[in-house]
Amino acid sequence: MIALLARDLRLAIRAGGGFGLGLAFFLIVVTLVPFGVGPQGEILARIASGILWLGALLACLLSLDRIFALDFEDGSLDLLATAPIPLEAVVTIKALAHWITTGLPLVLAAPLFAVLLHLPGPAYLWLEVSLLLGTPALSVLGTFGAALTVGLKRGGLLLSLLVLPLYVPTLIFGAELVRRGAEGMAIEVPLTMLAGITAATVALVPFASAAAIRVNLR
Amino acid sequence: MSIWEYANPVKFMQTSGWLLPWVVGATVLTLVPGLVWGFFFTPVAAEFGATVKVIYVHVPAATLAINIWVMMLVASLIWLIRRHHVSALAAKAAAPIGMVMTLIALITGAFWGQPMWGTWWEWDPRLTSFLILFLFYLGYMALWEAIENPDTAADLTGVLCLVGSVFAVLSRYAAIFWNQGLHQGSTLSLDKEQHIADVYWQPLVLSIGGFGMLFVTLLLLRTRTEIRSRRLKALEQRERMA
Repeated sequence: MIALLARDLRLAIRAGGGFGLGLAFFLIVVTLVPFGVGPQGEILARIASGILWLGALLACLLSLDRIFALDFEDGSLDLLATAPIPLEAVVTIKALAHWITTGLPLVLAAPLFAVLLHLPGPAYLWLEVSLLLGTPALSVLGTFGAALTVGLKRGGLLLSLLVLPLYVPTLIFGAELVRRGAEGMAIEVPLTMLAGITAATVALVPFASAAAIRVNLR
Repeated sequence: MSIWEYANPVKFMQTSGWLLPWVVGATVLTLVPGLVWGFFFTPVAAEFGATVKVIYVHVPAATLAINIWVMMLVASLIWLIRRHHVSALAAKAAAPIGMVMTLIALITGAFWGQPMWGTWWEWDPRLTSFLILFLFYLGYMALWEAIENPDTAADLTGVLCLVGSVFAVLSRYAAIFWNQGLHQGSTLSLDKEQHIADVYWQPLVLSIGGFGMLFVTLLLLRTRTEIRSRRLKALEQRERMA
């Protein structure tokens, strides 16, 4: 399993753009928002957490179709499916590799970009916590969408239509956690809900993804 | 008389063909009186004005929009567990009907909300969850369209329906938490004696029944069409092989 993780990470880095592209996209989103809504600090401060969450969502979405597509085309997905480790574990490892190459850099870079959007001081901690808790769920749900569309030639747009509605609960609780944290309100409910959703997603969705891959490999 | 008999398309075509005129009759007999009664023969409530009449379309459509998804969930489960082919086709046939019902509920709701709340759209939990449900219908239908092999498509959309159901429910509760709403509580539910006066309630139940029958009619028709188009494809394939 560690070998598989190392292989996926190496592929992501050497194929170019694994780490960098998601981050660059995130930066572009953050840059474009003030052009769209105007440069006033107070407006930006109010929508900053939402924009950062949306940026994370979209940056994550961009690289989803590559999770399984390349392996499907060159046949290594067939080998992985017949490998001694269960396909569910393969899916989990793939999600982890995806998170390390897109989710983790976003989590690390988010405070930097938050400065550009005038995020209020107390919100930084909660922004970090919410992204750290929420982005693994985005990657795992992404494997489900990628597994459904892996056999399709033009799956990109369909993938976003399938995956984005699944992101709604994570987005709601993640952004709400930052908002409440910034205003000093009680944060237990969104915090526990976000953690719960991520835990349940990581535990259960790989089964659905593996089932979808098995159907597509038939 | 079990649903497993109807895994055989021939048997399903026979029975549904025999059933169809009766179902159409029942639809006409409930939907038309329900709507006419509701629109023209109920007193105008002073505080609501005439716009309240839209309830006779809005509530049945919204009820169906949710229940059609539940029906698709059950049909997908039956397909995934027992390879019941007609069941998979029924789920496929139900999706566009459910999508249209969701759209009707959203649009009539907007027409109702404009005079009542002074806005066409509000990010109220119920409205938001219906919008999300609409997106789920779109994704489900798009996945059916995108995959060529019918069995693969049935399997994948079935799995999507299961996962989607969980997340649709989750989104609903997340939306309730996210924003307190303007929308009034349920018009009908089983745990209260009376929500609205009988003069409004009776035609409402009749039109809900009418919409339900309309759904059954459309579902039978669409499933029959799906079976026929599947047969046509098989015939074409045989032609090409020969």
